[in-house]
Amino acid sequence: MFDLFAGVAVIASLLVIAQRNPIYSVLLLIASFGALSGLYVLLDAPFVAVIQIIVYAGAIMVLFLFVVMLLNAPHEMTEEDIEHPLAIVRSGATRLGGLLALALVVELVWALTRHGGESGVFGNAAVSSVAAIGRLLFTEYAFPFEVTSLLILVAMVSAVILARREGGPDAAPAGLAEPDLSRAPAGTEGDR
Amino acid sequence: MPASTTLVLAQIVLTLFVFVMLLNSAAIMVYVERKVAALLQQRLGPYLVGPKGLLQPLADVVKLMFKEELRPAAADWFLFGLAPVISATCAFAAFAVVPFGAETTFFGLIPEGLRLQVADVNVAILVVFAIASMSVYGIVLAGWSSNSKYSLLGGLRSSAQMISYELSYGLALASVLVVANSLSLTDIVNRQAGAWWGVLPRWFVFLQPLGFLIYMTAGVAETNRAPFDFPEAEQELVAGYHTEYSSMSFALFFLAEYINMVTVSAVATDLFLGGWHGPFLPESLGWIWFLLKVAAILFFYVWMRWTLPRYRYDQLMRFGWKVLLPVAVLNLLVTAAGVLYFGA
Amino acid sequence: MPTLNDYLVLSAVLFAIGTAGVFVRKNLITILLSIEIMLNAVNLTFVAFGRALGAADGQIIVFFVMTVAAAEAAVGLAIVIALYRHRESLNPDSFTVLKW
Repeated sequence: MFDLFAGVAVIASLLVIAQRNPIYSVLLLIASFGALSGLYVLLDAPFVAVIQIIVYAGAIMVLFLFVVMLLNAPHEMTEEDIEHPLAIVRSGATRLGGLLALALVVELVWALTRHGGESGVFGNAAVSSVAAIGRLLFTEYAFPFEVTSLLILVAMVSAVILARREGGPDAAPAGLAEPDLSRAPAGTEGDR
Repeated sequence: MPASTTLVLAQIVLTLFVFVMLLNSAAIMVYVERKVAALLQQRLGPYLVGPKGLLQPLADVVKLMFKEELRPAAADWFLFGLAPVISATCAFAAFAVVPFGAETTFFGLIPEGLRLQVADVNVAILVVFAIASMSVYGIVLAGWSSNSKYSLLGGLRSSAQMISYELSYGLALASVLVVANSLSLTDIVNRQAGAWWGVLPRWFVFLQPLGFLIYMTAGVAETNRAPFDFPEAEQELVAGYHTEYSSMSFALFFLAEYINMVTVSAVATDLFLGGWHGPFLPESLGWIWFLLKVAAILFFYVWMRWTLPRYRYDQLMRFGWKVLLPVAVLNLLVTAAGVLYFGA
Repeated sequence: MPTLNDYLVLSAVLFAIGTAGVFVRKNLITILLSIEIMLNAVNLTFVAFGRALGAADGQIIVFFVMTVAAAEAAVGLAIVIALYRHRESLNPDSFTVLKW
């Protein structure tokens, strides 16, 4: 089961960054989140698994999908993409980025598995119940919990303001030339 | 046969049974909707096909199967085909965690009791909510991939409506959770056994009347039924997100809508109306009570559709955000205060 | 039986994929998606360690990370919309001039 979920997560993530069409990227990321949710269930965390589906796959990705659809985001086919599809052989920052990611994965895997394979077998911990999580949230982590609600409020307000058209909600959309009817036509002004 | 094999076999049979019964319920709902609509409008409805028109759903299915499957040339073919599959899959999957009967051994055929629930999860409420939030994708992808302006507008409006009402839906679920102290639907139903003073059943609808109303309102909006069906109303937007679909793809959307209705009614029955507990029948026949309660709620659904006028889209969104959400939050606060005060 | 190391390697790979996406892709939305991949990799690490140590704290932190990711996605997408409305492009290379 682990191999299945892990494989799906990795392949879907690779396809997310390799896809040209942003809608397919979003859908593949949802598949990756589903696989991660399965991994959380394997890790005896059913609450986090379901919350992952509800919040990430069910809300954040819908937001992404809305934005991609409404912006009608074009495909980003530049000439460079057609000539050199592989990131590492491309010039400049993209080659650096590809190499950096490669170096990062090698380093992380080395650092995380330095102590050999035997350490890290999971013990027999009890499945944490939702009640235990709730209790912890409201006692030990009560302050971050309340601050998070403030954070969400700030994010909501800022999202509304940032995405607003310039000039307020009644302003004309950019590119629509409205005739200015508040002044008389040019020839009738009279001699000044 | 060893006991575990019998149990596995019984579980498989139960899963298939639930699947087939859901399909049947969609067919029955087609007939009930047209007949009840007709009687409410003082006409006869289907009466030609079979006695009293009872074979009408069969005729509808056969017609849908033989229609030509159209696919617009400019449509994104993969997403176009995927969208009804997502809708139908989520509709069926949500019913998997809903229990519809007490533990039963089927008259001693299997060794230990088998709960009448396809998957017994102890976070069942959250799973229903999660799958409901996934079903938004079927609609939004249908609207986008059809590449037509009616579909896109209908799809976006419909999905915006669904995610707005999900909040009140979740808060209504949360208030039941506060009263029942458990996320497992089976536990919640079992807490509603018995009666106060021998007469009033211990259903949560009496403890949470406002919660029940909020849940039903949000449920109706979630399933895109009247009076919240602006995005798919024929008079407004051709047919909204399923304008470009025909034949079996349309049948899948149709099916998904009815099964979503059945799921919302089943979850409402489990949460608020005591599930399978009822006065005169023994526990093992409790599923009869369950069916009666679900049928009553479905009748209300159909009744509402053909009685109430439709909300306009901005009225619908204003209602969801400015009325239903504050009321749901207030309900949760009052419930929490009540539980704290009465200590039960 | 997957060990803790398996989960850590998986999350390292996912994190690296996310980093590669941020550097390599030239589409603002895909960059935001890669950031989400990175956040998810971190979530997986938290839950894995929480399970290994037998405490529920890992899941609590995941709860907060998810909330922060949601807030950041909302604000990030609002910024993308504002930028797109101005330049009609989602390529970060077209936003190199400081003049608005």
